[in-house]
Amino acid sequence: MLNLKNKDLSKKQSSLAAWRTRTAWFFLAPSLIILLLVAAYPLFRTFQLSFFDVSILKFPLQATWVGFDNYVALFSDPRWWRSVWNTVVFTFYSVGIETVLGLTIALIVHSEFRGRGLVRTAMLVPWAIPGVVSSQMWRWMLNDVYGVINDLFMRLRIIRTPMAWLAEPALVLPALIMIDVWKTTPFMALILLAGLQGIPKELYEAARVDGASPVQQFWRITLPLLRPSLLVALIFRTLDALRVFDMIYIVAGTQIETISMSIYARQQLISFGSLGYGSAVAAGIFLILAMYISVYLVTLKVEVK
Amino acid sequence: MKTYWKALLAASLLGGTAVAVITSVSAQSGVTIRLACGTVGSQQALCKSAADKWAAKTGNKVEVLPNVASSNERLALFQQQLSAGSSDVDIYQIENIWPGLLADYFVDMKDYVPESTIKEFFPSMIESDTVDGKLVDLPWYGDAGLLYYRKDLLEKYGYKTPPTTWSQLTTMATKIQAGERKANPNFWGYVWQGAAYEGLTCDALEWVFSHGGGTIVDKAGNITINNPRAAAALEMAAKWVGTISPKGVTTYAEEESRGVWQAGNAAFMRNWPYAFPLGNGDTSPIKGKFDVTVLPKGPGSAGRNAATFGGHSLAVNRFSKNAKVAADLVVYLTSAEVQKERAIVGGYNPSRPAIYKDADVLKASPFLGRLFGVFTNAVVRPTTVTATKYPRVSEAFWNTANSVLTGKTKAAPALKALEEELTRIKGAKW
Repeated sequence: MLNLKNKDLSKKQSSLAAWRTRTAWFFLAPSLIILLLVAAYPLFRTFQLSFFDVSILKFPLQATWVGFDNYVALFSDPRWWRSVWNTVVFTFYSVGIETVLGLTIALIVHSEFRGRGLVRTAMLVPWAIPGVVSSQMWRWMLNDVYGVINDLFMRLRIIRTPMAWLAEPALVLPALIMIDVWKTTPFMALILLAGLQGIPKELYEAARVDGASPVQQFWRITLPLLRPSLLVALIFRTLDALRVFDMIYIVAGTQIETISMSIYARQQLISFGSLGYGSAVAAGIFLILAMYISVYLVTLKVEVK
Repeated sequence: MKTYWKALLAASLLGGTAVAVITSVSAQSGVTIRLACGTVGSQQALCKSAADKWAAKTGNKVEVLPNVASSNERLALFQQQLSAGSSDVDIYQIENIWPGLLADYFVDMKDYVPESTIKEFFPSMIESDTVDGKLVDLPWYGDAGLLYYRKDLLEKYGYKTPPTTWSQLTTMATKIQAGERKANPNFWGYVWQGAAYEGLTCDALEWVFSHGGGTIVDKAGNITINNPRAAAALEMAAKWVGTISPKGVTTYAEEESRGVWQAGNAAFMRNWPYAFPLGNGDTSPIKGKFDVTVLPKGPGSAGRNAATFGGHSLAVNRFSKNAKVAADLVVYLTSAEVQKERAIVGGYNPSRPAIYKDADVLKASPFLGRLFGVFTNAVVRPTTVTATKYPRVSEAFWNTANSVLTGKTKAAPALKALEEELTRIKGAKW
């Protein structure tokens, strides 16, 4: 008797669970369909194309199956590896500098002072200007003959003769990193500011009562509690920097010293019209990003435990 | 619910018919032709005024679309539009290095233009625009690299004639620059196009060819660039950077060099003919103070004059909905009447030999007659032989030249590496 009752109950429970699952799927369906359409299909198509030799210069398009030839060529392509290296160096420095600067700015605008609202708004300006516009602006400002940067630096006697910021091989990548730092530090600062605001004030009051110095407060309270926001900001910015395209493309073009992975893919796909090899490059980028994301997911899991 | 769908369906059908009716009406009273012509210098304005005249005459409408200045960017954009089967642009202004690449996407002009009209153009231009028997476009104007020099400054420093060799140019530029610097710290001897783009391929090809170093890839398809004369040519140019040319010249395209030149800040400039009328404009500080000549020769008996040939033509999109009307506009724009005006106002070199003998034209721009000679020893980029792989060849070449100019590498090892890269690009055959 008792047994039967239990069975009945579990049956009811399972049907309830099934109903819940169905509802969940029902509500998830639209987003899943959209994801399939805009993410899964292009990805599938990219991998598919990467096994063919196709040129957009032929009408109608003719695709020849070449197996792994494109990947073999990619692996031994020095320009591809140079673009990977450039992107990694660019990402490492720009994200690193942005984090330190962003945290500093966030701490400053977090404190109470007059005109804080104004400063918080003004701080977002570089981030709000469309990337293409600000890149072109920087390109002009960095021009060796009529650029305002050279003029300013010479007036301030920092340099004696005009520098060719975008022509000197040793200066181009640092100049690009500087532009990226200018542009995306506000984003970093904004996320970190949100994180700072989530830290309860009582913690600092208690710390003060216990006689902790501001430096101790920063290392013992602020930084550990800011960790989740810091991680999110780092993830976003790193992913963004690894995919960098517009800024470098506009300021420095396709020169080998600064070509990024995305620019290289675009060059193959569009400038050279080779859909097959270009897709292999895109697949390579995808794999690199996937690797980065899995490393991040593992660390995050460790973090949660 | 059902009635709602029915209503929607009916409405959309009606809407469709209405649109169809409107388009068919407008087709009777003239169509809109979209035209993508060049933007460097005065091109856009000239193109628009000529196209508007045609529109007024025929009752059609013309939309002149803005365009990207950099030629390789433009090519990429056109490729993208055409390979997507877009009919948005009816007429494309293309360069003489593109017919081999884009031939599949344009109509055969022979279907729209009588043989007698085709015969009025330079036969060499028609030949280079014919791919597998298909006339891809109609030639519009020819371009060739020229040496611009300041008459007043040459005279001031005691030179009677412009330089005929590169070493003379270097000497003159050094002396004039040193003298002018006393009053103007921004003064430079020589400006040209050194940015990593198609323009550098033109400039560097001139240096290499004038030294007797060949044309990167010869007519038979052999890769010839790895030779001591080509290396000497690149080393010579690399020495200019930071001495007689600003360091930033390795980021300059046409308009950047013209910017320095036309402000009166350079003694010499390498550029295309379009800079001539612009430099003589009413607001130009160097108006009447300069002239043009052929680019200098390299040293020794192998040295010769070289000017990279850059032709521009108009082609009709094969997906155009009004190909016949568009072809008519192309014929008008390339007619003797329009070309004559473009030669006088804009300094564009006609693609019809007859105009070079026209008295009005010769009076307005006397240098045009001299250019006739420049065209005859022009160097053609190796586009025909490398066909669809030309963009890769050119890109590899300009990157190599740019890295020699910026001092990252010496010319000899760079050319050896370039030879290897070109061999990789070539594969089994071009």
